[in-house]
Amino acid sequence: MNRLQQLFQNKKKDILSIYYTAGYPNLNDTLKIAQALEASGADFMEIGFPYSDPVADGEVIQGSSKQALDNGMTLEILFDQLKDLRKIVTIPILLMGYVNVVLQYGVANFCEKCQEVGVDGCIIPDLPMYEYEEMYHTCFAEHGISNIFLVTPQTSEERIRKIDGLSNAFIYLLSSAATTGKNLDVSTTARDYFARIQAMNLSNPLMIGFGISDKKTFDSANEYASGAIIGSAFVKSLNENDVEGSVKTFMKQFRG
Amino acid sequence: MSYFVNERGYYGDFGGAYIPEMLYPNVEELRQQYLGIINEPSFQEEFKALLKDYVGRPSPLYLAKRLSEKYGANIFLKREDLNHTGAHKINNTIGQILLAESLGKKRIIAETGAGQHGVATATVCALRGLECVVYMGEIDIKRQAPNVARMKMLGAKVVPATSGSKTLKDATNEAMRDWINNPVDTHYIIGSVVGPHPYPDMVSIFQSVISEETKKQLIEQTGKDQPDYVMACVGGGSNAAGMFYHFIDDENVKLIAVEAAGKGVASGLSAATTYLGKEGVLHGSRSILMQTPDGQVVEPHSVSAGLDYPGIGPQHAHLFKTGRVKYVSITDDESLDAGLLLTQLEGIIPAIESAHALAYLEYMEFKGGENVVVCLSGRGDKDMETYMKHFNL
Repeated sequence: MNRLQQLFQNKKKDILSIYYTAGYPNLNDTLKIAQALEASGADFMEIGFPYSDPVADGEVIQGSSKQALDNGMTLEILFDQLKDLRKIVTIPILLMGYVNVVLQYGVANFCEKCQEVGVDGCIIPDLPMYEYEEMYHTCFAEHGISNIFLVTPQTSEERIRKIDGLSNAFIYLLSSAATTGKNLDVSTTARDYFARIQAMNLSNPLMIGFGISDKKTFDSANEYASGAIIGSAFVKSLNENDVEGSVKTFMKQFRG
Repeated sequence: MSYFVNERGYYGDFGGAYIPEMLYPNVEELRQQYLGIINEPSFQEEFKALLKDYVGRPSPLYLAKRLSEKYGANIFLKREDLNHTGAHKINNTIGQILLAESLGKKRIIAETGAGQHGVATATVCALRGLECVVYMGEIDIKRQAPNVARMKMLGAKVVPATSGSKTLKDATNEAMRDWINNPVDTHYIIGSVVGPHPYPDMVSIFQSVISEETKKQLIEQTGKDQPDYVMACVGGGSNAAGMFYHFIDDENVKLIAVEAAGKGVASGLSAATTYLGKEGVLHGSRSILMQTPDGQVVEPHSVSAGLDYPGIGPQHAHLFKTGRVKYVSITDDESLDAGLLLTQLEGIIPAIESAHALAYLEYMEFKGGENVVVCLSGRGDKDMETYMKHFNL
């Protein structure tokens, strides 16, 4: 059982995960942010490795990805930065990024490295489910890496069941069909959709993401899931001259 | 060996649908329905009628006599430049707008580089009365002002893509993001044989009218439907896909695809994807693309905006890897010279894209009497500023 699976076994509500882009605002902020997040009460975190063409992302994460690439970030440098990760951070860590970067690194290498540095899972939004299932599932499992799938309001019940079967940590429920960084509108439709998924009694816990930006949206997401994931709002709040301070300030609203 | 798409959306190792879950329902809807809709007799009837009466098809297959004399072979030009809106792009947008209507979509989005596909999309949207939004790189908007004005006059909203390199690949990203945010009522008309399955197959089916007509015209003009060579330029590769389509299984027909070398393949300013690229995933399919060792997409360069793309369609990657098609490249300067040559020998000003295909004739060795078909994918009106600057006209 990896750290992520353990977390979901021990904690059923109010789980807070934070996304940030590795190499942003400065190339060597990756571990600093991780440490500050753990210290200010995040339950786990997603570290994004940047890609030049992030189609699922809105302006904020496009911007942080571009800045990270301009700063010289690569997957190889990220793994190098993470080699002392487990000496200073204990909460679960996921890596998140686009499939081409993983393919160029080599999927087997990627899994090996994840295990070596202590990464517990990953989210690769444009990796097709069939390809994961047929080609990479075994490799991920052998290295104790949980692959996280996304579900949107348009995902069919049949497909959600299949995703549930392939998942072993949590399912990432998108608040709406949207790119990252839009505000969550907990409209009747969204509530109906969350309630519908909740009623499916899936074997994996749910985390709601996309559009969660503050305490209010976090709390409303919590009504329907084990917790929620914040990305763009956090990335936007990072101050390049005082990274630790800005993390603390941002986290205060949730864990004050 | 099959050179066409299999049930899972792959051409050999290439293709597939590498898309985030937010796009899955849209793409899946298309995948399940595209062949059924396209094969309906009523669809075919309307598609063919529009190609004939609105686009002006069949486009002529013209034996260019003076060009033929110069090269010592019979050079036939497939005149896609004579289509309504001036290029082959309209074949695809006519097909896709009818498909979008069948799917009940009310809003159309598209990406464009030089603006040819944007104009072809805005045109069919005006024709059918559908809302149209075209994404175009901020830099391209500046360098293609006449096409921007055309799109606006046709009623389309032109949205600048300000992310990344602000060119075609970023316009494509923006269009995909729009589709993610508008999953129900919107159809995305991709302009080339790129994107997630079923786009590459769908677009090449709509463009295959080019080779279908060419075969008939060759029989009339030469007595046989198989020429010795068929040539076309490749950016994403839609005119080449259409030009090759009905010749792919004719093993005696040599197929040549011409990429843009830009300032030279080793110059760092090039779009010669098969030469400079590696296997990877871009815009939803596994193909060959120009990228760094870390998998970041590299910005291409070509004097021709239509060839200025860092990847090629998955079918082209397969045709390249299997060796069925020979991929070569032509520099900016060579293409401009070939454009001037065609203008002066035949009175036809070609698009700089198409001039790349013509330029490769200089490198070919003919015994004499071979039949060569070159796809003249578009006309050069849009490129006058580039020609004027280069030749001090």
